[in-house]
Amino acid sequence: MMISARAAAMRLALGILVLLVCPLAGAQGLKSEVPEITIVRGTETAYPIAVVPFAFDGASVPPETDVADVVRSDLNRCGQFRSLPKNDIIEFPTRGEDIKFATWNLLKQAYIVVGREVQAGNGEIRVEFELYDVAKQQRLQGLAISGQPSDLRGVAHQIADLIYEKITGVRGAFWTRIAYVTSKGSGQSMAYALMVADSDGFSPQTVVSSRQPLMSPAWSPDGRKLAYVSFERGNSSIYIQEIATGSREVVSANKGINGAPAFSPDGSRLALALSNGINPDIYVMDLGSRHLTQITKHFAIDTEPVWTPDGQNIMFTSDRGGKAQLYQAPAGGGDATRATFAGESNMKGSISYDGKKVAMAQGNGNVYRIAVLDRATGEAKPISPGSLDESPSFAPNASMILYAASEGSRGVLYAVSADGRVRQRLVLADGDVREPAWSPYRQRGQ
Amino acid sequence: MKLPIRVLLTAAVASATLVACAGKTKPVAPATDTTTQTDTRSTTQDNGGKYKVGDLDTDSCLRQRVVYFDFDQTNIKSQFQAAISCHASYLRQFPGARVSLEGNADERGTREYNLGLGERRGNSVSSALGAAGASASQLNVVSYGEERPVCKEHGEDCWQKNRRVEIVYTSKQ
Repeated sequence: MMISARAAAMRLALGILVLLVCPLAGAQGLKSEVPEITIVRGTETAYPIAVVPFAFDGASVPPETDVADVVRSDLNRCGQFRSLPKNDIIEFPTRGEDIKFATWNLLKQAYIVVGREVQAGNGEIRVEFELYDVAKQQRLQGLAISGQPSDLRGVAHQIADLIYEKITGVRGAFWTRIAYVTSKGSGQSMAYALMVADSDGFSPQTVVSSRQPLMSPAWSPDGRKLAYVSFERGNSSIYIQEIATGSREVVSANKGINGAPAFSPDGSRLALALSNGINPDIYVMDLGSRHLTQITKHFAIDTEPVWTPDGQNIMFTSDRGGKAQLYQAPAGGGDATRATFAGESNMKGSISYDGKKVAMAQGNGNVYRIAVLDRATGEAKPISPGSLDESPSFAPNASMILYAASEGSRGVLYAVSADGRVRQRLVLADGDVREPAWSPYRQRGQ
Repeated sequence: MKLPIRVLLTAAVASATLVACAGKTKPVAPATDTTTQTDTRSTTQDNGGKYKVGDLDTDSCLRQRVVYFDFDQTNIKSQFQAAISCHASYLRQFPGARVSLEGNADERGTREYNLGLGERRGNSVSSALGAAGASASQLNVVSYGEERPVCKEHGEDCWQKNRRVEIVYTSKQ
């Protein structure tokens, strides 16, 4: 594994298509977790960074999670960093004063991270780390994060977030979660589950499982709840469920389709698609009063509403022009205007936090790829290879996009950097995995 | 309404009697049944469609419970008109019968869009059954979109099997 990784790193320098296989260990409840990083183009502009293995400074057995490994793979998969493969690390400083900068200069590293783990109170482990600029030999950051040994992956993701923010100026989004739907079996013996896992696919937990289809998970802005569609009542209904407690309620079970829930940015309203047995239109439900406002009224299929970050507008999919395209309408009601023009069809938008980009499933013939629309220029750029890619979901900092793809007769998830350069396949379960939804930023205690 | 019940009762009594009388005369029982069925059906067909509840499992027209569609289309193709008429006729005859029209789509396009497409197809079959005399209260449309594929390969051979409406009897009479 490591030999191929090193060879890959060498080829990467040449800007050739390379395949890097990163074995990850220590996940719970995962049978076949071998997430891969596929670099589809040379990443000349990525920052080279060395994350030196952290020292364990304690009396007991070192924890199972290798914090530096997790930080390294986080930084790699976002596309903006190129971390030095573990086997190419030849010196092991654990404190700033031990770093011999000449060595890391020779290895062409722009940044270096060193750290150590010490035992803290309450059985916690405190992870101290320092980030240095190699050329300037300057300390940029020195912080400590504590956590239970069982949550060291979470601690590592938070460290990766801090490093990411220090260097790029943008808040990191590694310490976040993803929701997705799995299915197994076929015909009458299908089993569906709505799952939540860490953003890298580790620590999966079942939110709800059913013999009937589950669809369209959507996060509440505080990251504590999921809205989703379930057929357990015999027809599509929309549920809102608290992840930590499992308590849930049905918020929509009308005749016909109850689909595509999406929380407003302030969490007070839910956009949804209701057909009333005729054809789906976009509605907004006030979650306090359950009062519905109809946003679109058209014989076409109007569905997949998403909110603009300011909460003023709703973007949705409609085939009112023949083929499905994205449209936008005011969230209080009003005329819809078309937002996408390139591509035979464009569906299921996911809007970046700044409202500047829209990721969507673009169809041309039988090929469906994820494309990113720049709203200022109107230009849409494909960032996935196809041929049946769908359900894009932006990370809260818009650095990466999750989407679902088909491989053989099963569905898998991919995480791709927003520029399409780095793509990681997430193998999360046996059977079919689809409909990823990236959580908002996480708050401590969640 | 009355005729099939009487026929059924007769058949039930007949078979019960036969069972009570002797286990050895089994071959006789189906013979009796068949005669009754044949009689009823010949009368029925002449009269433009009188069905018995059991015909749902035996009549070649009523056994057609799946209507297939072209890509992104919701119109009912001519080859399925005969089956629609048979089911409408059955539903007219048994006002207590109920069907669930389960609309489905192939995997192309997004899941929520396909939920809409499946409903359109279900509504299309529902309208056709209604136009042929079934009452609205007998018809319930449920769309499963692309969530319940009968085939999971990628290609037209498979996709055409998934673009369908299944006519599911939730009550037979």
